[in-house]
Amino acid sequence: MIKVQNITKRFGDYAALHGIDLEIEDGEFIALLGPSGSGKTTLLRIIAGLEFQDSGEVFFNGDDVSTKKVADRQVGFVFQQYALFRHMTVAENVAFGLTVKKRRDRPSKAAIKERAEELLRLVQLEGLGQRYPGQLSGGQRQRVALARALAIEPKLLLLDEPFGALDAKVRKDLRRWLRDLHKQMGLTSIFVTHDQEEALELADRVVVMDHGKIEQIGTPEEIYMNPATPFVSHFVGETNRIAGNDGEIHFRPHDVDVVTEGGEAVLVDNVFRKGGWWRVEGVLAEAGLVVEFDVDAGFPQPSPGDTILIRPRRSRLFNPEKD
Amino acid sequence: MKLRATTEGRLTQFALIAIALAFLGFFLLLPLVAVFSEALKQGAGAFIAAIETPDAWAAIKLTLMIAAISVPLNVVFGIAASWAITKFSFPGKSLLITLIDLPFSVSPVVSGLIFVLLFGANGLFGAWLQAHDLKIIFAVPGIVLATVFITFPFVARELIPLMMEQGKDDEEAALSLGANGWQTFWHVTLPNIRWGLLYGVLLCNARAMGEFGAVSVVSGHIRGETNTMPLHVEILYNEYDFVGAFAVASLLACLALVTLVAKSVLEWRFDLHSGASH
Repeated sequence: MIKVQNITKRFGDYAALHGIDLEIEDGEFIALLGPSGSGKTTLLRIIAGLEFQDSGEVFFNGDDVSTKKVADRQVGFVFQQYALFRHMTVAENVAFGLTVKKRRDRPSKAAIKERAEELLRLVQLEGLGQRYPGQLSGGQRQRVALARALAIEPKLLLLDEPFGALDAKVRKDLRRWLRDLHKQMGLTSIFVTHDQEEALELADRVVVMDHGKIEQIGTPEEIYMNPATPFVSHFVGETNRIAGNDGEIHFRPHDVDVVTEGGEAVLVDNVFRKGGWWRVEGVLAEAGLVVEFDVDAGFPQPSPGDTILIRPRRSRLFNPEKD
Repeated sequence: MKLRATTEGRLTQFALIAIALAFLGFFLLLPLVAVFSEALKQGAGAFIAAIETPDAWAAIKLTLMIAAISVPLNVVFGIAASWAITKFSFPGKSLLITLIDLPFSVSPVVSGLIFVLLFGANGLFGAWLQAHDLKIIFAVPGIVLATVFITFPFVARELIPLMMEQGKDDEEAALSLGANGWQTFWHVTLPNIRWGLLYGVLLCNARAMGEFGAVSVVSGHIRGETNTMPLHVEILYNEYDFVGAFAVASLLACLALVTLVAKSVLEWRFDLHSGASH
């Protein structure tokens, strides 16, 4: 189990993290989700031992590793830009963690070679061991970086924006593949992302962060359906925000019913197809606020200038004084 | 109209190339040819005889020795300084970056005088050195000091932008895989900077062998003892021994040519290498 307790970190005058508490069970797949500057990468690097907290502790299975260096924590770290050693072959990259071991712990040359091949098979790059990183595609490089991190048999796998540098199609394939790999290996893993879709699709639990604080920890379902704060509601998924009597009312575009009477009047601005729905952008006649909502594409397409009556099916009220 | 425009373009092109070539020929090629033709004016025999005089021989050996000491020192200093500047943040970092450039911005004569003021007979440490019977100024240690000072920026200047661009991800990756500091440097950092480093070493070496001003101030011009090749060339020239002067000068010119060729080869490899890795 990984436990992070009351972690604080400043960079000069800038408070990167304040008072972070987090517990992660063995085998969990955790996403640290937040906008840039939320402190998610700093938290990941502190858990890895690449950065050190100003105060607070990190525990691995009950051991206090707060002052241990990265080399002594036995964590696999996958960098956003892969950080492959460009002058080494793919096989040498994967074997690096084994070849730098002290002589008495180091496996034989043949065993290292065997292990590297095995890992390359695992990441589906069999036969590419003699290539150089420069000769591989982005997705292949990412998998080499993963194989290299797994070579040291880490207790914990940390991934910093693992799909950040890839194009959309490769991203999606690699995402699915990584989820399957995690299921197969059961290795406790934490990844950092700013992409809510990625976090919701992959993670067992999502940690939403903003301004150096944790806003909410929960399963993707909880995060999406029961956002704890206005920030989470706004950052994860699409949300309409309108002012109500007791605070701000948030509702999702797909949680809207079109009614014939008793709803709020919306003047339609723009309509386009979004999968099986019409996405309608319009202005609330009364409040003058912009709203977006979905109408089943089985209905005739609304046109700009129409007035539609809507009623949110589910909504959440956030009271700014209480939050 | 279009034809005329093209003709004019060609003319301009031709004129510019001609000016550039004439300029290069006059200021670079002609002197180089002159050095070799003067050196060989009285035949190869005279050329070899001039180089084989004990004083010339001593100057050559001294120059090689100075380079052999100062270049490795600056490789170590240069890597250490670049490493510190690019991989860590600490107070006074920008001051350090400015200081590295100091030898480039100060006149070499002033650089030499600094060492005379520090280590000369009337200098800051002069009395102490004399009491311990140590000679720095007008001796080999002084020449080494002046040369190290003058050539300090070459390696660091080459490495800082390179290491800045590469960041520290590779090093962090190596550390996370269990490598210690030395393994990280040897297996990851050094291979990443090797072409840039070689390039810096080459430039550093060329300057170490060719430095005149600073070395002239601290050397004392003792024949056969503290005269480097550039100083020896000057002495011979002042004594109207033109064949001797140009013979030794031609050796320095050869060094320059070798440096140029090696530099081009390195640049080519460097481009190739970084091109393949991005």
